Amino acid sequence: MNGPGAADDGIGAADGSLPLGGDTTPAKALAWRGISFEERMASVDFRVGERAHITVDSDVCRSCTTRGCVTACPANLFAPTSDGGILFNYEECFECGTCYMVCNHEGAITWTYPDGGHGVVFHHG
Amino acid sequence: MAESADFDAVVVGAGPAGSSAALALARAGRSVVMVERGPFPGSKNVYGGVVYGRVLDDIVPTWWSEVPVERWVVRRSTMMMTEDQSLAIDYRSHAWGVAPYNGMTTVRSHFDSWLAGKATDAGARLVTSTVATGLVRDGAGRVLGVRTDRDGAELHAPVVIACDGVNSLLAKEAGLLPLAEASHYTLGVKEVLDLPAEVINDRFGVRGHEGVDIEILGCTRGIPGGGFLYTNAETVSIGVVASLPHLSDAKVRPEELIADLKAHPSIAPLLRGATLREYAAHLIPEGGYDTMPPLATDGMLVAGDSAAMTLAAGLWLEGVNFAIGSGYAAGRAADRAVAAGDCSARGLASYRADLEQQFVLADHKRLRKAPALVLSERIQQRYPGLLCDLAEGMFTVTNPSPKAGGLRITRAAAAKHGVKLRELAADTLRGLRIFG
Repeated sequence: MNGPGAADDGIGAADGSLPLGGDTTPAKALAWRGISFEERMASVDFRVGERAHITVDSDVCRSCTTRGCVTACPANLFAPTSDGGILFNYEECFECGTCYMVCNHEGAITWTYPDGGHGVVFHHG
Repeated sequence: MAESADFDAVVVGAGPAGSSAALALARAGRSVVMVERGPFPGSKNVYGGVVYGRVLDDIVPTWWSEVPVERWVVRRSTMMMTEDQSLAIDYRSHAWGVAPYNGMTTVRSHFDSWLAGKATDAGARLVTSTVATGLVRDGAGRVLGVRTDRDGAELHAPVVIACDGVNSLLAKEAGLLPLAEASHYTLGVKEVLDLPAEVINDRFGVRGHEGVDIEILGCTRGIPGGGFLYTNAETVSIGVVASLPHLSDAKVRPEELIADLKAHPSIAPLLRGATLREYAAHLIPEGGYDTMPPLATDGMLVAGDSAAMTLAAGLWLEGVNFAIGSGYAAGRAADRAVAAGDCSARGLASYRADLEQQFVLADHKRLRKAPALVLSERIQQRYPGLLCDLAEGMFTVTNPSPKAGGLRITRAAAAKHGVKLRELAADTLRGLRIFG
């Protein structure tokens, strides 16, 4: 997985893009970052279907330099592989559409909905 | 279900747009089926704030006495923040806490199921756990129905109403929506956190069914977007919305933005001890009026998020009400077209004309330039800090030095954030033109 810990290790918000440089982090409740990505996703009801509703053509991904899907996918389902491809898991997908929207390589991502009744089920959406 | 079934209308999606469309058709005595891909209405839906219910006044009289509300919003706060400052305009209203109310927080699985129930009570048929996988069209491209993933069964009708949400695969198949235009969309991520009702009441200064809606600017590391925090009965919802192309370019993970917001000194004390109930993510069509698809084609109408009808205009953040308003109007237009025996794009054109007469398109048209202003670089990256420093300059007592004048403080804050006073004046004027 692509560093799910990145959200949890207490990195400051100051990444240089903020209008105020302020490197002080007063009273930042670092405990709030204590939730792991796995715990985060465990809070969601996924009724996993047998069919992969999204497929990724890793051969197309090899020529991609931006790889917007890797960081933007809120479920963190796109993992770069050592040979320059992308490994994708469809099981814990929010069906949001971010991946194909940010993808700038035609044919890399084939996106459909899961079969009826399957996929994410929001209880508090 | 038979291999093919005929109706007066097929509605795809049982969200607020679809249920409103089906309700209007069923009330007119039309046979109508709603196809919902989730196991129940609302199961695929996420929203980011408040449902404004007055759109229901004419559709479900005294809706407020039965709607599954979490809390009635009596406090609306607009907050600008930097990493360690915040400045809020906080409005509280007694009137918003009594009928007919203004806005409510709700849970979509409850709200959407309630509205779908209104449609089925009126005679609409609801088929859940079924995907409309594509359009059935004739040689001329006219829409005749939809295919489903129930053994390939087809549902035929002279009119299909696509309320299949922000990714509307049906509107894309019909050539009404671009296949992927990231700049028209934002990603919303949301955490629902458990917090006892008494704790919510104490921390947010409310009681009973009163609730709070806080909208936040400056919490997204400069990525165009914003944050929100609102109270439900025994949970709070906190989330962040971020422009898709900018989020992608920034290589920031969305949940990191929520973590930032939760750790902010103005937010963290409100959430202390709260535990994660559910995490969610959804796209939002924020492009506004200029990015809306054609609303009718031969045999098909488009409503709600499928038609990009979310209003994300900074001061106003509305979506469910636009879905209801457009869906109901689509249902009525479909009824008229079926009665007239003309479901061509021309026969369905009264839909758009109707929406132009009411808030749905009137608000969007008036605020068509708002999304670009709200998501602009100065509003997103410079003004939150500028205004916070302005407040700091005004309210910091600098004894024994005498107070600086307001103009000097403004100049200093503007200079610090790289904003020229004429830019400030121009943006103020632009804001007045758009919102005035």
